[in-house]
Amino acid sequence: MVDRLLGLAKQAEHPPQAAPAAPPDPRATVWASVQLARNPRRPHTLELLAELASEFAELHGDRLFGDDGAIVGGLARIDRFRVVVVGHQKGSDTEENIRRNFGMAKPEGFRKAIRLFELAERFGLPVVTFVDTPGAYPGAEAEERGVAEAIARSIGAMTRLRVPIVSVITGEGGSGGALAIAAGDVVIALENAVYSVISPEGCASILWRTPEKAADAALAMRMSARDQQALGVVDVVVSEPGEGAHVDPAETARRLRAVIIEYLTTLAATPPDELVALRARRYRSLGAFQDLGPGPEPTPVERPGLADRLRRAFEAGSRTLGDTIGGRTVGGRDQREDVGRLQEDDE
Amino acid sequence: MPLKFPFRARRESYPPDLWTQCPGCGQMLFNKHLDRDLRVCAACGHHFRLTATARLAQLLDPGTFSERDEGLIPVDPISFVDSRAYADRLEAARTATGLRDAAVWGFGSIEGRRVAICVLDFGFMGGSMGSVVGEKVARAAEGALAESLPLIIVSSSGGARMQEGTLALMQLVITLGALDRLRAAGVPFVSVMADPTTGGVFASFASVGDVNLAEPNALIGFAGARVSAGTIADELPPGFQRSEFLLSHGFIDRIVHRSALRAELARILGYLAPAGGGSGSGTREASRG
Ligand SMILES: [Zn+2]
Repeated sequence: MVDRLLGLAKQAEHPPQAAPAAPPDPRATVWASVQLARNPRRPHTLELLAELASEFAELHGDRLFGDDGAIVGGLARIDRFRVVVVGHQKGSDTEENIRRNFGMAKPEGFRKAIRLFELAERFGLPVVTFVDTPGAYPGAEAEERGVAEAIARSIGAMTRLRVPIVSVITGEGGSGGALAIAAGDVVIALENAVYSVISPEGCASILWRTPEKAADAALAMRMSARDQQALGVVDVVVSEPGEGAHVDPAETARRLRAVIIEYLTTLAATPPDELVALRARRYRSLGAFQDLGPGPEPTPVERPGLADRLRRAFEAGSRTLGDTIGGRTVGGRDQREDVGRLQEDDE
Repeated sequence: MPLKFPFRARRESYPPDLWTQCPGCGQMLFNKHLDRDLRVCAACGHHFRLTATARLAQLLDPGTFSERDEGLIPVDPISFVDSRAYADRLEAARTATGLRDAAVWGFGSIEGRRVAICVLDFGFMGGSMGSVVGEKVARAAEGALAESLPLIIVSSSGGARMQEGTLALMQLVITLGALDRLRAAGVPFVSVMADPTTGGVFASFASVGDVNLAEPNALIGFAGARVSAGTIADELPPGFQRSEFLLSHGFIDRIVHRSALRAELARILGYLAPAGGGSGSGTREASRG
């Protein structure tokens, strides 16, 4: 597992996919994965557990507000391991999807996850999470009950947990609502799973100004499982049977089971202190930047006159300055281009 | 890219380097007065966004700031291109702000009390958090831990930076992990939310202060209001995602006018870190991990 501390930002060309004959269009390929990841017949947490666990006792509720159907959890036996499971649950039909809120968790879902993580730690049980969500529920009630705080606390809990965590991206890894239960020691992804910082439609709406460019956004964000593996965000990709997981859920679960057991075995042998330290290092390595060191500043931070004056010039329209606000367009890039040109004029 | 507002700056009959129109009340404000008033509208109390430099100057004792990790610069890890390449956007943001990325951190003093402080600058790509911002927040937390000094983070950010893909998302884990170690060591962290604090920044370090402060009427929320309104048919409640809304729902401790922020921070740190910098670190370190 030490090998997982991969080098950064390795650029992957688009990997060859199953489709043989025609030269694969990378945009079409990633978009096909997005569609497969969202296929309602794709097996979700409970369907996978039915195949890969010999027993599952669901535990309900966050002890604070309610029980969120979009995140399920409980006690399970996977091979010889007694584990705590937490996973998103989408519905396979409309009725169930309404009950499950399409896998979009509210604060109480994330707080249920936190509660179960802490339960696992108290009793020394490893955690296995299954990730498949378009994102956290973006409605007013979620904001009122502190969805951002709940996500932050859940991620924070995962960083300090002294038991192994195996995370599996089974479908859609949608932004913070996915990451809230995905910060494992190891991150496994199904072949057609996707993982992104914002939904492709949301990204396209902001940067292309139309959701119709979602496939372009999906490609630009490199959200396919293979691309995520190349970045080091995903450690291992598990191939899906046939045309995708939905054609053979049992076989999909069987393949996942083998990989989960392999990692549980390795992680169970790692002392808790080391586990927590390795986990911290794993995530810390997932940043890409350069350090020029302290040396002399080519563009000093404290250059009061020009830059500040120019920026003030645009403060009048400051409500429209900037790129994104949690997925909304604020516009104003054009204005910043203007700032750059004004500065050139001035100098 | 076509320019969308080519005439806006020039159309004003007021020279923009002398006057600024308040988006709160529409008044034209003389910039000298606006600066004197900490960039708060004297007429309506609208809090203008601050540059990182201005924020540090307002909060810290003069001449006490010493920046750390100023050499961190962003790269383009996934060669992101939309209508424009990420590399070009970075260059434009650098030129416009004089900053290398949207966060600045270092050590300084507030009313004589040493602190580690990190501030975000909305002017640099909407204050968005990519790898450099996440790394700086984490290093600020580690600096605070190493010197057993209280940590202050002032947020002004639209959230995770899309152009760095999931590597930007991973910064949520990185920052929260560093803050968790700070918390375990008993070193205080005060989160100050300025306009706006949204998306992945609100869903990570900004939410988890020992004390959470906010400037008045700042936009603070997880999902964008347009997303919320568009995706879900709910009527949005009045004051949705503003500081006062967050206060009434229990996620912010206090709303503090900018003119009182410096004194308020000193007062709170007087309770949470009464001994000032450096002392008591032995026992705190012992409780770590
Ligand atoms: Zn005003």
